[in-house]
Amino acid sequence: MEVLNNLGTGFSAALTLSDLGFCLLGVLLGTLVGVLPGVGPLATIAMLLPITFGLDPLPALIMLSGIYYGSQYGGSTTAILVNMPGESSSVVTCIDGYQMARQGRAGPALAVAAIGSFIAGCIATLAIAVFGPVLAAFSQRFSAPEYFSLMLFGLISAVVLARGSVIKAVGMILLGLLLGQIGTDISSGVVRYTMGVPELSDGIGFVPLALGLFGLSEIIANLEKPARRSILSTSVSGLWLRWVEFKSALPAILRGTALGSVLGILPGGGAVLSAFAAYTLEKKLAKDPSRFGRGAIEGVAAPEAANNAGSQTSFIPLLTLGIPSNAIMALMMGAMMIQGIAPGARVMEARPELFWGLVASMWIGNLLLLIINLPLIGVWVWVLRIPYRLLFPAVIVFCCIGVYSLNNSAFEVLLTVMLTLLGYACLKLDCEPAPLLLGFVLGGPLEENLRRAMLFSKGDPIIFVERPISAVILAFAALLLLMVILPAVRRGRERAFVE
Amino acid sequence: MAIRNLKDFLSGAMFITFGALGLWFGRGYTVGTTFQMGPGYFPLVLSIGLIAIGLIVVVRSLAQTGDAPERGSLRPLAVVLCAVTAFGLLVEFAGLIAAVAVTVLVGGLASLESRRLELAILAVGTAVFCAALFVYGLGLPIPLWPR
Repeated sequence: MEVLNNLGTGFSAALTLSDLGFCLLGVLLGTLVGVLPGVGPLATIAMLLPITFGLDPLPALIMLSGIYYGSQYGGSTTAILVNMPGESSSVVTCIDGYQMARQGRAGPALAVAAIGSFIAGCIATLAIAVFGPVLAAFSQRFSAPEYFSLMLFGLISAVVLARGSVIKAVGMILLGLLLGQIGTDISSGVVRYTMGVPELSDGIGFVPLALGLFGLSEIIANLEKPARRSILSTSVSGLWLRWVEFKSALPAILRGTALGSVLGILPGGGAVLSAFAAYTLEKKLAKDPSRFGRGAIEGVAAPEAANNAGSQTSFIPLLTLGIPSNAIMALMMGAMMIQGIAPGARVMEARPELFWGLVASMWIGNLLLLIINLPLIGVWVWVLRIPYRLLFPAVIVFCCIGVYSLNNSAFEVLLTVMLTLLGYACLKLDCEPAPLLLGFVLGGPLEENLRRAMLFSKGDPIIFVERPISAVILAFAALLLLMVILPAVRRGRERAFVE
Repeated sequence: MAIRNLKDFLSGAMFITFGALGLWFGRGYTVGTTFQMGPGYFPLVLSIGLIAIGLIVVVRSLAQTGDAPERGSLRPLAVVLCAVTAFGLLVEFAGLIAAVAVTVLVGGLASLESRRLELAILAVGTAVFCAALFVYGLGLPIPLWPR
């Protein structure tokens, strides 16, 4: 019953006309940018962040999460119609979605993506409402050692879940942690690694890093490839699903939702992994796996549901523990900090309307996506037809303004140039930038909690296993590490990512 | 000994370089003890860890074969970096409109498909749009015109 009460608080906060407006605006803008090929949710949010500066905390967060879901949905639209994923979580959607579109079933593919996302969104929102407070209450028992163990667990699972080489992912995390050291040390006040540049005394900004590693370096990579986009020339018609199609898609949607909700909570998980895992699961369960890759509707429904569920439940660790579980949540945390909110259990207690308003707006955002996106499909197709040569200069400009307006600092724009160079190198060398970003964000808190725990125990690391909660978390982390090292599991993991 | 996996070799070299930079520039920070960690403790651990990982990756690249990094033309990289640099250098004293227009004009050169007239129109259009949205619409304190 308390859940209903809480949700009531949330809806009354989020259902004001202006908040609804910001939600709608966020969803629309997010979809608009998300449709653009090669601009993922991370770059979208970082680029659109300045738009929310002038707003109050709640509408700002509502709009940002609207942008997030919108950009993800936009990515699926691009995946289905152009066979070019707008973002990595819709790579899987490409496989069967594009095949469906080629068979003239673009309408049903788009519809099942939207309906699947909506159903997943409803269930995941409920999951946040139910489990959020439980986890928050539990986290009251946490202190420095537990937080340290938890973050270590997060970083380890980010390594395990990263695509590509494990050892390089470890390297990227360490590099991220080291980059996070730049700036003033909180405990001693000593300024580290700034090379005497006063602008660096607060550290490297998150937005320059995110836009350098993801936004701008991806534009460069796109430009290197010869442009060959074939947009379906047939118009999209018949957005309705037939009952038979819906009946075969629904179980896939529910399975995808369940899988995505669980994987979304895991650090390092989130939308991308959820989509991959859901697709693999559907293929395994199918009576006739050969249909997959040739336009199986389950192959669109399950990953779409999973990535939406995962992207919602990944808010849980951020909102209850104050620990971002992936790069996008790290960006959301940055946005909250700008608004003067330090995410964590305390927010839920002190400002319930903020937490529950955000939860309620997630559901509203999903509903809006369903209502507006299908009728607006013509607009998105039109956006897709704009040649890339006209789009990318504007995207570069938005990236620049996004960075500059953060602190009105031209230095940060120039810093972005350096970070873009780093991002480009990582791209060319197959080093995943996502673990770097997570390491970068967790670097400060990780060090702080380690130092505090060590002061507590007079330098004896046994404290991490003496305290039961911390010990359990570390045991899970060890288990995860073991899984990567065991050859059988490793091969399975490689296979999963190849598929 | 031959490098069999150039991608990994370079990745390892990158990790080692950053680790070495971390050690070198962090050499003056007090390390302290495990009990009372100084500001140099964590950076030291990270730098050493990064060098160790880099060494493993490099050694592995000598043993396992892999593909070399794709060769792309340097044009997009160089041009996009120039465009962003131009924005950073111009925005403070030439104002948003000029900075945006120059960034579009320069950035457009990154693609061989760009056409001059089209790019000029795009530059003007983007500049007007950005001024309207960010300065008039959102009220961000960015100067519009040269000082």
